[in-house]
Amino acid sequence: MPQIAQLALVYQSQWFWLLVVLAGIYFVVGKGIVPKVEATVDQRDATIAADLAAAEAARAEADAAEAQLKANDLAARGNAQAAIAEAKAKAAKAGEVRLAAADAKTAKLLAAAEARIATSRSAALASIESVAAEAAADIVAKVSGAKVTAAAAAKSVKAVLANV
Amino acid sequence: MAAEAKIDPMHQFLITPIGSDQLAASPFQFTNSALWMLIVFACVLLFMWGGMKRQVVPGRWQVAVEGMTGFLDNITRTSIGADGRRYLPWIFTAFVFILFSNWIGAMPFGIVPGAHPFTVTSQFSVTMFMSVLSFAIVLGVGFWKHGLHFFSLFVPKGAPLPVKMFVAPIEFVSFMVRPFSLGLRPFIAMFAGHVLLDVFGNFVVQGLNAGGPLGYAISALCFVAVIGVNALELLVGAIQAYVFALLTALYINDAVNLH
Repeated sequence: MPQIAQLALVYQSQWFWLLVVLAGIYFVVGKGIVPKVEATVDQRDATIAADLAAAEAARAEADAAEAQLKANDLAARGNAQAAIAEAKAKAAKAGEVRLAAADAKTAKLLAAAEARIATSRSAALASIESVAAEAAADIVAKVSGAKVTAAAAAKSVKAVLANV
Repeated sequence: MAAEAKIDPMHQFLITPIGSDQLAASPFQFTNSALWMLIVFACVLLFMWGGMKRQVVPGRWQVAVEGMTGFLDNITRTSIGADGRRYLPWIFTAFVFILFSNWIGAMPFGIVPGAHPFTVTSQFSVTMFMSVLSFAIVLGVGFWKHGLHFFSLFVPKGAPLPVKMFVAPIEFVSFMVRPFSLGLRPFIAMFAGHVLLDVFGNFVVQGLNAGGPLGYAISALCFVAVIGVNALELLVGAIQAYVFALLTALYINDAVNLH
């Protein structure tokens, strides 16, 4: 086993060179490079954490804006509904007024027409009486040859018509 | 290695001098072991340098480096607590050195003519030195933070006095054994794994040399075994580095947070 056989001869150089190499790694790498690498990692972690926090904040902000938007939307909807209802009521009122006016006008026209009809009717009735009286006088003259005065004919006709 | 058919799995652990004919008992003696330590150092530097782009959106290399530092940072933080980052440099150093040594030692550099791969961590003089360093840090932190009160680490809390008297020596022995177990563990893993690789690899060659259906069958079988052992060796190499780092962190935790 050379490790034991050579020990007395080589231990000094082994330890010396090992110490040189270990010191080199310790000071150059362990104390020099490793902290820098660690700093890079820490910095990256910090950056990631900050980015995440910023993203979280932006998300909260967006949520708030969305809620605000929703509230605004809701209010606008309410306003619109109120305006619609108001306009509806107005329109209904105006319609009613116009309807009433039209009704009154129609009633007036109707009354006038009825009055006209009544006068026409009475006039017609009167003319029917005279025509009937003439006709009756004529019929009497033709049938019996008797002369009937117009007044008598009219009187008889009137009496008969009254019974109708 | 001796010519034909002689298996010498220990040869790969031999330390040979570079730049001189004979090993000298001097600290400045440059050897193949020192060379591979420097290669490990260079590879660690290269790997870590790739993670220095410091981009916010990392590339693959940077992710690998950050993954490694994050992994060790996690070990120190979960084992020691918020105070753990102070001990990260040493735990990181131990981890990458053992990991890179184990993995570079398992690479098939031997197929390059003239190259003699060498696993630094298969020398217990190396691993023991590292574990003693870890142990020294534990002692230093313990006595610096708690003074002589550090000895209460060996006394179970809340136990009756006879139990304390009985358990304290056991705890002390187990504490003193720590550097040995810590240092021998990676050494044994690499040593055994490389012996196994060498033996199976030689069986492949010997089977081919022997010829005949039996020789080829053994050769093929051993080739499959070499592949398997090599994969296992990579896994073990990573696990041993992890275990060393984790245990060092736990031992430091004992010293930092006394009970």
